[in-house]
Amino acid sequence: MREETIDPELTADERRLLEDLLHDENDDFSAAGLQRRNFLKQVMAAGGGVLALQLAGENNLLAQAVPASPSAVPPGTINTVKLSLKVNGVVRSLTLDSRMTLLDALREKLALTGAKKGCDHGQCGACTVLVDGQRVLSCLTLAAGCEAKSVTTIEGLAKSGKLHPVQASFLKNDGFQCGYCTPGQICSAVALLKEAKNGEASYVTKDLRTKGPVQLSPEEIRERMSGNICRCGAYPNIVAAIREVHEGKDAAQAWSFVEQTNHSS
Amino acid sequence: MRPFKYSKTSEASKAVSIVSGSPKAQFLAGGTNILDLMKEDVERPDQLVDITRLQINQVTTLASVGGKAGVKLGALGKNTEAANHPLVRQQFPVLSQAILAGASAQIRNMATNGGNLNQRTRCPYFYEVSMPCNKREPGSGCSALKGINRMHAIFGWSENCVAVHPSDMCVALAALDAKVEVQGAKGKRSIDFKDYHRLPGDQPEKDNTLEHGELITAIDLPGNSFNKSYYLKIRDRASYAFALVSVAALLETNGSTIRRASIALGGVAHKPWRAYEAEKFLAGKSATAENFRQAAELEMKQAKTLAHNEFKIELGVRAIVQALNQALES
Ligand SMILES: Cc1cc2nc3c(=O)[nH]c(=O)nc-3n(C[C@H](O)[C@H](O)[C@H](O)COP(=O)(O)OP(=O)(O)OC[C@H]3O[C@@H](n4cnc5c(N)ncnc54)[C@H](O)[C@@H]3O)c2cc1C
Ligand code: FES
Ligand code: FES
Repeated sequence: MREETIDPELTADERRLLEDLLHDENDDFSAAGLQRRNFLKQVMAAGGGVLALQLAGENNLLAQAVPASPSAVPPGTINTVKLSLKVNGVVRSLTLDSRMTLLDALREKLALTGAKKGCDHGQCGACTVLVDGQRVLSCLTLAAGCEAKSVTTIEGLAKSGKLHPVQASFLKNDGFQCGYCTPGQICSAVALLKEAKNGEASYVTKDLRTKGPVQLSPEEIRERMSGNICRCGAYPNIVAAIREVHEGKDAAQAWSFVEQTNHSS
Repeated sequence: MRPFKYSKTSEASKAVSIVSGSPKAQFLAGGTNILDLMKEDVERPDQLVDITRLQINQVTTLASVGGKAGVKLGALGKNTEAANHPLVRQQFPVLSQAILAGASAQIRNMATNGGNLNQRTRCPYFYEVSMPCNKREPGSGCSALKGINRMHAIFGWSENCVAVHPSDMCVALAALDAKVEVQGAKGKRSIDFKDYHRLPGDQPEKDNTLEHGELITAIDLPGNSFNKSYYLKIRDRASYAFALVSVAALLETNGSTIRRASIALGGVAHKPWRAYEAEKFLAGKSATAENFRQAAELEMKQAKTLAHNEFKIELGVRAIVQALNQALES
């Protein structure tokens, strides 16, 4: 009975787990036919969500999101879009559902998990990447619209094994605590430095009529980085890290490792 | 998000004909508002026509009407480019300031000039699909009227809707008497900015006077003789937040005399609110703190507050005065 009501698109693992979790009284809704995209929702409803996944020893299942070939048509795709774009210098071909954001495409299809999903609504900046050199929010960008564009993520900033100066400066100035917002902060800062060089103004720029590069005061940096929220509150060190690269001089490292910890008291 | 068909075109007429011919199709520009609303299930288009590749994205000089040349902003130009274009920074710095006061650098890099005009209210009841909202679902009621309405309108609202228009850019455009150039299935037309956005009345589902399928092609900024200006934005945090009250103030002065003022307010109505009372009062007066205060009070006297936004009256008075003072110093 269940064999025929469960959508054949489910993988063997998914089917097994679903059968473990479905109770008899749920036969009704399984009879409606399950789409793979509803699968996780049903799992949650059926019993304990992620905990159940782990109990059932099925945690590999969640890792299946990255398919062997990003250009294969994924199951459950409704409006298929095919495109090619350059990601960190490499041309990638993708086949995806028109609804997929650039953020999800990077994370789920290309296994580039540096850009983070903080809010998915444009409010936090954790998903910031560079598209054609401009900082944008990948959570509000449709992947489908990125045909022939060039995307740079945090993974693409280091060159031949050498950190980008902004990355190095974040390390040196301790510009983070948990690190969740950091890829977005760094991509944002890389673009900010270029914008200031190009003379782009901000709301706190005193005279809009003057041209030429903008000298970045802490106030300018704070305003220009306001689209990147850090819930750990690492802001002072983020500002210091950006300032150091902007001013091009090596400030003294603000922290050091404690050489020996003495707990004997 | 509900499924939708995605297409793109580089021809304006094609985009217009697709959307005009399909009641649930919509244009996709920067996507910063529509995709957010689709994720929330507030917007439910069955088709998105990507217009970002239309070539109407430049900032150009507009032929002068009576002396001063103006500027034309292509509708698909990015907010960042408009704010930083030398023509805008030199001739219309108030518009640069207003754009730069909105959202974040990332969002301004994505947001287009046309999309900015058509962004929808940030009223939390509009966003929450489980709550009644006449704007989202005509006839269901307005939850904000008797709900939490601290952020809501104090001018021009109706029992049907107390939402405010969230844009900063549009407040400056209102003060600058911009014109919105549109192209529809029936041809082209030009709409005065004051007639572009609507008050809610009994049709709050309509934010503006555009017809379905009409495409904004450009925003025209006519030349003017204002020599002083400022955009002031008051919000709950220092940056990256929508306005509680904002003011675009333009002055044409001769010595210490104000020849003419143009003032628009944001965060107070369903559309950018022109402060005509204050403007009338200031014409011909000298630019003193006392006159600024009187003009501001005259304007704010017209306000009708809701349970939680009475503070916007005094805030509005002070914001107008400060914006005029800062304009004077510009
Ligand atoms: C977190 C956050 C904070 C923000 N803060 C602010 C702020 O402080 N101040 C502020 O002003 N704004 C703010 N915004 C809003 C932002 O400015 C708008 O989302 C943006 O301007 C919309 O432009 P877009 O090109 O992305 O439009 P889209 O999202 O692509 O489109 C919006 C609407 O306009 C229609 N449309 C687009 N272009 C055209 C056209 N040429 N002709 C006809 N219809 C068209 C679309 O069909 C859609 O209905 C914020 C947004 C976010 C996400
Ligand atoms: S995840 Fe994109 S802004 Fe928060
Ligand atoms: S370092 Fe934790 S959120 Fe910024």
